[in-house]
Parts: sequence; C-alpha cells; structure tokens
Amino acid sequence: MQKNVRDLLESKEFKGLVTKRASVSIVLLVFLFVSYYGFILLIGFDKSFLAQKISETGVTTIGIPLAVAVILAAWFLTVIYVVWANMVYDPEVRRLRALLLGK
Amino acid sequence: MPPVTEQAAGAIQTSLGHPTLPSIAFFLVIVAITLVITYWAAKRTKTTKEFYAAGRSVSAFQNGLALAGDYMSAASFLGIAGMVALKGYDGMIYAVGWLVGWPALMFLVAEPLRNLGKYTFADVVAFRLKQTPVRIAAAIGGILTVLFYTIAQMVGSGSLIKLMFGLPYEVAEVLVGVIMLAYVLFGGMLATTWVQIIKAVLLLFGVSVMMVIVLAKFNFSPGELYSAVVTQYGQGALEPGGLITSPVDAISLGLALMFGLLGLPHILQRFFTVPDAKAARTSVLYATGFIGYFYIIIPIVGFGAAALVGRQVITSIDKGGNMAAPLLAEFLGGTPFLGFIAAVAFATILAVVAGLTLAAASSFSHDIYVHVIKGGTCTEQEEVRASKIATLLFGIVAVCLGILFKGQNVAFMVGLAFAIACSANFPALILSIFWKRFTTAGAVCSILTGAFLAVGLIIISPTVWVDVFKNPKGSELFALKNPAIVSMTASFVVGWIVSLVTKDEVAQQKFEDEKIRTYLGVGAE
Repeated sequence: MQKNVRDLLESKEFKGLVTKRASVSIVLLVFLFVSYYGFILLIGFDKSFLAQKISETGVTTIGIPLAVAVILAAWFLTVIYVVWANMVYDPEVRRLRALLLGK
Repeated sequence: MPPVTEQAAGAIQTSLGHPTLPSIAFFLVIVAITLVITYWAAKRTKTTKEFYAAGRSVSAFQNGLALAGDYMSAASFLGIAGMVALKGYDGMIYAVGWLVGWPALMFLVAEPLRNLGKYTFADVVAFRLKQTPVRIAAAIGGILTVLFYTIAQMVGSGSLIKLMFGLPYEVAEVLVGVIMLAYVLFGGMLATTWVQIIKAVLLLFGVSVMMVIVLAKFNFSPGELYSAVVTQYGQGALEPGGLITSPVDAISLGLALMFGLLGLPHILQRFFTVPDAKAARTSVLYATGFIGYFYIIIPIVGFGAAALVGRQVITSIDKGGNMAAPLLAEFLGGTPFLGFIAAVAFATILAVVAGLTLAAASSFSHDIYVHVIKGGTCTEQEEVRASKIATLLFGIVAVCLGILFKGQNVAFMVGLAFAIACSANFPALILSIFWKRFTTAGAVCSILTGAFLAVGLIIISPTVWVDVFKNPKGSELFALKNPAIVSMTASFVVGWIVSLVTKDEVAQQKFEDEKIRTYLGVGAE
C-alpha cells in the first residue's frame, strides 16, 4: 500500500522513529560528555588522584590507563550506535520507505 | 636532577637533516605510486559528481581510512609524540582530546549530512533556506576554516621537510604545492581519497612497528618502559603537569576540538563520497577505531623516545620536540627506518594539504561560482572547469602563504581553525538539520557571529596577544586561550534569537519534506 508524504510524516511510526533516533543520540552524547569532560575536570580539580600509583612496586599512575579508557569508551559508544542503527533503525527505515514508495 | 642521557647521546649520530638514500628512495616510491593512482583516477574523473565526490563509489572501510588519513596530520603524529617525549603525561591528555569529536560526529551529523548533501556542507545548511545569502555565509565560514588550517599545515611542512631532508624551506613549499596539485587537479576526490588511504595505512604501519620494537626493548611490559622514563626524568613524567591549569580553559579547548570536527569542511565532504547513510555511519566507526588506536600507541612512541633517545638529544635537534619520532626510528632501525618514517611524514603532509585544497576549491566553485554567480544554472563542463581553476588558485595561494608566514608562530592557527569550525559552521549545520524555526537571516547571523567572534577573541587572547604579538603577560583583553565556549554559545544564541524575530515560511514548509530525506534517505543524491 502506498502512502502519501503528508500521512507518513504525521504517522505515529515516523514520529516515533525521529524521537527514538534523537533519544539514542542524546543519551550516547551524554555518556561521551561525562567520560571526556569528567576526565578533564578531574585533572583540573584533583591532579593528585591521577598521580596515584596503581601498584606498590610499579611506577604506572592511574592517569595512564584512565586516558586509554576514555579513548576506548569513545570508540565503544560508536559501536553501540552502529549496532543499534543496524538492528533497530535500518529495518524501520526500510519498512517506512516501502510504505511510501511502494515495493 | 639532570637527565641521564650521555649514553644515548653518544650512541646517536643522526643523519636527520640530510637527504639519505633510503629516505629519497622511499619518498620517490610513495610519490610514484600515488601518481600512478592519480593517472588511473583521472580517467574516471570527468563529471562534477566524480570530481567532488568520487562518484559516491567509496566503501565504508575505504572512507574510514581516508577520514583517518585526513585527520592524522604530520602535526599530530610528530607533535604529539614530541609532546609526550618532553612533557610526559600532558601529551597523553592532549591526545585524548583529538579523538572525542568522532563519536559526536556520528551521533549528530554523519547520516543527515549524507542524506541531505551533494558536494559541500553548505548544500546541507542551505537545503531549505535562501540559497545566495546562506551559501555566501557558509562559504566564508568554510573557507576561513580551511585557510587557517592550510597555513598551519604549510608552514609546519616547510620546517619539517627542512629538518628531515635538509631541503630549503621555499623548495619544500613549492614541492608540496606541485605534487598535491597534481593529485587534486587531475584525480579529484578519487585520487585524493586513495592518497589518504595509502598514507593512513603507511602511518599506522610505521607507528605500529615503532611501538612493537620499543615494547620489545622493555620485555613487552609498558610498566618497564614507564620505569625507565621515571628513572631518567622523575615520577612527574607520568603525572598531569601544567597543561590544564584552568578548568574553564580546558573545557573551552575541549569544545573546540569536539565540535570543531563537526564543522571541518574537508572532513564533512568525505561523507558525500559513500553510497548511502549506512556507509556514512559505518565509515565513522572505522575512522574512530583507526584514530583511537593511533592516539593510544603514539604515547608509547613518545615515552620510548624519551627513554631511549633522551630529551636532551631531542631538543638539541628541534626545541618543540617534533623530531622525537624520527630520532626514535633512527635509533631503532637505523637510517633505512628513519628514511621510511620521514617519507611517511612527507606523504602525510601531501595528503592533508590535498584534502584541504579540494575542500576549499569545492566551496569556491560549487557554492560561490555555481550557486551565487551563476544562480544555480551551470553546465557540467563549466562547473568542472571552475572547480579546477579554483583548485589551481587555492594551491598557489597556499604555497604563497606558506612562504609568507615562514618562521612565524602559527601554532595557534590550528586552534583557530577549530574555533571557527565549531562557532561558525557547526551551529548553522545542526540548527538547519534539526530546528524547524531556523530562518535564512538566523543562519547568516549565526555563521558571521561565530566566525568574527572566534577570530576577534583569539586575537585578544593570550594565544596571539601575548605569544605572537609579544605583549606583556597579563595584558590580554580576553582570558581564555581558546574562545570556543564563548563564540560557539554566542553563535547558537544569535541564530536562535534572529530566527525567532524573522519569518521564513518557505523554510518551515520545506522542513517537513526535508525530514523524509534526513531520516529515510528518500530523494538523497
């Protein structure tokens, strides 16, 4: 069944899709902000925390694995987004496109 | 305590600064391969779609590498390795900031950009607004960003090539200009993309080899490497030092790095080279992976240089520490490995400048010539011709500016490029995609406010006022080193207020149609 553009834009499915994408983006962006600006503010306000050593015998400070963790976390967030988009967003887009354009 | 470097200093007799057989050989091989690719690409580059967007035939994986190639400049490779070698942990903090924009790019703009745009990011900003005023404003923001970025790259490249190969500065500038013009002029986006891919692979390979050899010297234990650094330079090398003194300053720089990425024209243009929104999204996943890996291993190279080569030797060659990685390469693998790393750094410079030139030329020819001067009607041949003339002109301008700014302190220009990108280009882009009430007047005012505020505030900030103009410390009129937190906020506020007080009914009507293209990709190029 073919729908016209106006109906589709007003439909619950399309509006739901737009809202869903916005919420996923914003939630992931908040995680990104918390991890990166949290790291920066930690350095700004409490340098001594990052300067602590991990073990009694070694010299490695907490700051080193933490910096690596911020990078890994950023990459991991992109993985979450791609997995979500491939599993939830794309099938929904394909379905709505088919409704609009016909098969 | 003085650093213990006699043993390292005695061991190193560097051939840096002289053209050696391996460095010339590697350089010639890289240039030969890239020119063959350019010849191949030139046969496939006839239409505007091929010139600006590689015929939208680039795969997600290829684009991921090309994005990484565009972003990993010689300055970040040599600069961050040097910073870690000389300043220790502060260099790592700095490296982290360069990565975190990529997830934001994916969450906010990658897919809408691909669905809405044709050749430039101004296509997206102007999608439902009045073409002429918005295109002019977006071109101003875009070209200013690219211009400052290019000056920083050209000046950096002249000095780096001089340090590595001993070529006179002016010769290096002209050489970079001529080779990169060959790529862009004849091979367009397809050749530029492949140059980026080759360079990214070589760079990642070279740095990985360095990391493995460094770790091998310390029994594959980073802890032992850090111990060696601490023995020579004290525990301070692994602790935060003077990089972040004011949290507001750090946040402002963080905002510029994060959202500036979302306003860099040469990065945004890459999203028009892939077939669809899914490929756009996936390419950011790959790019973030490559760049993240790069910034995780670069500190090991930097610490390795500090431990094995020694800070004293590094600063004796170049005060800023830029030669830490090449010196380490020579220590680890002799002249051949140094030659390889030097050639890779040269290829990096060529690739980044080529990408910038293509972005600037596209803005001139597609936004200004076709849409403003020709009113949107223009034949395919005319536009290709215009874009090639623009490429040639921008290439010449880049070489001239590079020579003009010789010996000047241009380190602030990369920060400035990011400040303009996040203040002028990013707010207009995001508001145009997501906010229905955004109007033509709002867009123009937002872009101009962001651009002029970013430039103006950086001039009266310590970065330029004190470091470049040599005014006394503390006499600066604006306290932050990077103005992003003020200029980006102002740009959003101005765009919002002006849009609320002006009417743009056409833009509002078109927003609904735009939505099926933004979200479903219906009607996308």
